Amino acid sequence: MYAQMIQSTGKGVKTLDEMDPQERAFQERINAGGKIEPKDWMPDGYRKNLIRQIGQHAHSEVVGQLPEGNWITRAPTLERKAILLAKVQDEAGHGLYLYCAAETLGITRDEMYEALHEGRMKYSSIFNYPTLTWADMGAVGWLVDGAAIMNQVPLQRTSYGPYARAMVRICKEESFHQRQGFDIMMKMVNGTAAQKKMAQDALNRMWFPSLMMFGPSDEDSVHSVQSMAWKIKMNGNDELRQKFVDQTVPQAEYLGLTIPDETIKWNEEKGGYDFAQPDWTEFFDVLRGNGPCNQERLQTRKSAWEDGAWVREGMLAHAAKKRATRLAAE
Amino acid sequence: MTDQATTPPKRTGEWPLFEVFIRGQHGLSHRHVGSLHAPDAEMAIKNARDVYTRRNEGVSIWVVEAEAIHASAPGDKEALYDPSNDKVYRHPTFFDVPDEVGHM
Repeated sequence: MYAQMIQSTGKGVKTLDEMDPQERAFQERINAGGKIEPKDWMPDGYRKNLIRQIGQHAHSEVVGQLPEGNWITRAPTLERKAILLAKVQDEAGHGLYLYCAAETLGITRDEMYEALHEGRMKYSSIFNYPTLTWADMGAVGWLVDGAAIMNQVPLQRTSYGPYARAMVRICKEESFHQRQGFDIMMKMVNGTAAQKKMAQDALNRMWFPSLMMFGPSDEDSVHSVQSMAWKIKMNGNDELRQKFVDQTVPQAEYLGLTIPDETIKWNEEKGGYDFAQPDWTEFFDVLRGNGPCNQERLQTRKSAWEDGAWVREGMLAHAAKKRATRLAAE
Repeated sequence: MTDQATTPPKRTGEWPLFEVFIRGQHGLSHRHVGSLHAPDAEMAIKNARDVYTRRNEGVSIWVVEAEAIHASAPGDKEALYDPSNDKVYRHPTFFDVPDEVGHM
């Protein structure tokens, strides 16, 4: 998902009886559906895990602007351009809500940026793939935002108050993103043969990377069990991936497009589709920094940060000067 | 909202944190919607407009430097709020109104 492969710091989940009274009260509050707020006591592992998860989620929103930003100047109509611009602006906002939520846990914004730039924090693997044609804007909205929504809707109920509130705002804005993507796909498949081919090509390239967004199977992962006990992860990776496939296959059929997986078949018994797993070797390789666009994405972020330094400093100096003038006048 | 107790001192160069409050269209009070960093209050309002009112969410914005906010401590919860629990007569449903009296 937008936060993939978050390794928890705990060593397996303690039972309530193994916890000291403070931790037990904390866990019981979570079990009862209560929220944890910034000033409340929390185990170190909970704090550290959340910083990693929310931070990675925030970085994904911000880096996620780049593949789409690529097409703003080349959108086919003024209306499409305005829509894409609004969508990309939303992603910046989503990044900001999430950075603010992470900051309540005691990390600064600058520390998070540094960790991203130095490769100590990650962003979602999906944004390391290129957007080669206009149809990719359709596929990204339809599939990537669609997959993100699968994960983000349940996170509105996560145990950490500031994270849950950020997710509520994000989910409110996110469904426009998926719909605008599907709308682009509809337009493309009803266009010329070349345009329909372009849409099919976008689906071919984005399908497996979209399935990777949910992360590898976490059925046996102790990290996952701990995160679920803390309610900072609400569903298993396989469960969400299945839900995504079940939702997306009929939409592809409606579009008259073929999902690039010959094994996809309805399984009456499980009430869902059987489908092929993505190439997990590729996934780990992309996470390690070897995807088609890793270097370019990170370099763009670093340049934006470094090239903008004089603006940040200048505005701070201007604010200090204004404050001094005001004080002198009083 | 930032917790001053757990937030380490900001390193120099980072813009201060502002908390943003928005009043919606229907006459309700300003409500906390989130936070952002800005060099000063004027820029904080401009940025809050871009971040928090893109879809008609409000007609008025307040920004307050996070450092200026004082909050109750979570440890005081019982001392602060428990005493009101045994004063059930503060709620109108405590009192029975006979049916023949009608709505009150």
